[in-house]
Amino acid sequence: MRAGDLLVQSLVLFLAGVAAAIVVVIGVYLFLESAPLLTGTGMLDFFRDQRWYPLEGEFGMAAMLAGTLSVTALAMLLAAPVGIAAAVFIRYYAPPAVAIFYRRLLELLSGIPSVVFGFWGLVVLVPLIAKLEGPGASVLAGALVLGLMILPLVSLSTDSSLAQVPRNYWLAGTALGLGRWAIVRKVMIPAAAPGILAGMVLQTGRALGETMALLMVTGNVVQWPSSVFEPVRALTSNIALEMAYATGDHRTALFVSGLILLVMTAGMVALAALIQRRLRRYA
Amino acid sequence: MSSFTWKRVATTARWMGMVVTGSLILAGCGNNETTGKVTLSGSSTVAPLAQVIGQQYESENPGMEIDVQTGGSSRGISDATRGLVDIGMASRALTPEEQENLSPHTIAWDGIAPIVHRDNPVTELSDSQIRGIYTGEISNWSVLGGPDAEIVVVNKAEGRSTLKLFLHYFDLKNSEIAADVVIGDNQQGIKTVAGNPYAIGYVSIGTAEFEASEGAAIRLLPMGGVEASTASVSSGRFPLSRPLNLLVRPDLSQASQRFLDYARSAQVADLVKGQFFVPIDYSSAEH
Repeated sequence: MRAGDLLVQSLVLFLAGVAAAIVVVIGVYLFLESAPLLTGTGMLDFFRDQRWYPLEGEFGMAAMLAGTLSVTALAMLLAAPVGIAAAVFIRYYAPPAVAIFYRRLLELLSGIPSVVFGFWGLVVLVPLIAKLEGPGASVLAGALVLGLMILPLVSLSTDSSLAQVPRNYWLAGTALGLGRWAIVRKVMIPAAAPGILAGMVLQTGRALGETMALLMVTGNVVQWPSSVFEPVRALTSNIALEMAYATGDHRTALFVSGLILLVMTAGMVALAALIQRRLRRYA
Repeated sequence: MSSFTWKRVATTARWMGMVVTGSLILAGCGNNETTGKVTLSGSSTVAPLAQVIGQQYESENPGMEIDVQTGGSSRGISDATRGLVDIGMASRALTPEEQENLSPHTIAWDGIAPIVHRDNPVTELSDSQIRGIYTGEISNWSVLGGPDAEIVVVNKAEGRSTLKLFLHYFDLKNSEIAADVVIGDNQQGIKTVAGNPYAIGYVSIGTAEFEASEGAAIRLLPMGGVEASTASVSSGRFPLSRPLNLLVRPDLSQASQRFLDYARSAQVADLVKGQFFVPIDYSSAEH
């Protein structure tokens, strides 16, 4: 091997190793910092107790876990249909000029910082929802803001999955006399399904980690939500609110919640990879 | 692929070395009294005041940089104790345990009062009424002479001194409060109350007066019969007032000491009043 190749290869391997090491170090650090509270019997209490009063010694995360999951699930429920529809529109129905413009618009939307969404949510969306019902800061507000954040990337990944379906699928559909919508619905989307699903799962992973926007619009009340109009606190917002000053067991409990989030996100990434591999129908 | 030669590697390395050495020299130039950086973090009540004092200080001392972050009084105490910032900010007095590591220096006085939306017809609430609202016993404005609507209770997050003092005054524990919205910084609280005609919250008087003067749709309510204003805090009649403190460790840097002295000098009196806080007695401030 020539000296130049050796140098470049070493450099690239080193950088890749650094990137991987960072992930491992973070994971190990979270685990070590959570360790004091991760005894076998104590673990279940985190998931069972709903009372989070850290300054009084109560560390129940169940309500906040429900908060995170409900906001994320509702956000994906709102964003997925709209995102897929937008991608279908771009790819199969829009005139080329409109399609290019719309795609740029989606890319712009995906670039807006989450804090801006949160701020807009706080001053526009929350009062609007308050007119309908309750305090306004709620699961619904969080889901809408989160949905807006994940929508463009769900849409763009659906678009690129659809682009990868071989052209002769479309031609075969036309040859069979199917109309445009029938081909899209029965041939293209099912063929692109692994990519679409993987994109959705990855965006769910990202949504699980969203902090600032949820902090501003969900109300931050630690309670199990019984309706979409009730305020909740996400695990991420909780860490943001309390980490700066937490000490002792309180701090350890926050690290445990961080570990839970890391495990959930890693699970999403693994699931996305699994979907891609198992459901692949064309080479 | 461009040709790789050891000569080119050497040239690149030499240029990079020069750049690195040059910037290190320039960075070293900054380590004297007239240039430097002072970092502050903590109470979201004190932060705007510290910010404007910092800006005036920066304009009078070019080369100095004052960096202010919020996060709550507890964060200020924790960061200053651990040495993460030069000066901590807290909107309350320190406990004896906290004073083992930090010494507080008051730069202004402030009070805490309830706020409601500007359009809310209720003009005064007694202590027991406020207590009832926050524990959830009173849940509708009609009981208090207001419209027939559910009260939206806005509480502060744990770790904020405003919460601590509020709980102490009403003899409540945080677990006894039935909140509808929990907010962090003062600004979030004001925007929440301004955005909901049925909301009630509590916030620093100075911050509320300042925001109301800038057009925020909120109104301060009197506490214990005493009007909530800078004047009543200044006269000492207001029942829930607190010092705004800068916290320093014994080993504070010269730059920090100079900024601290500046913040306790009469040169900032106008800034304090501009934020609707009560200035301290500058003649008796120790240095």
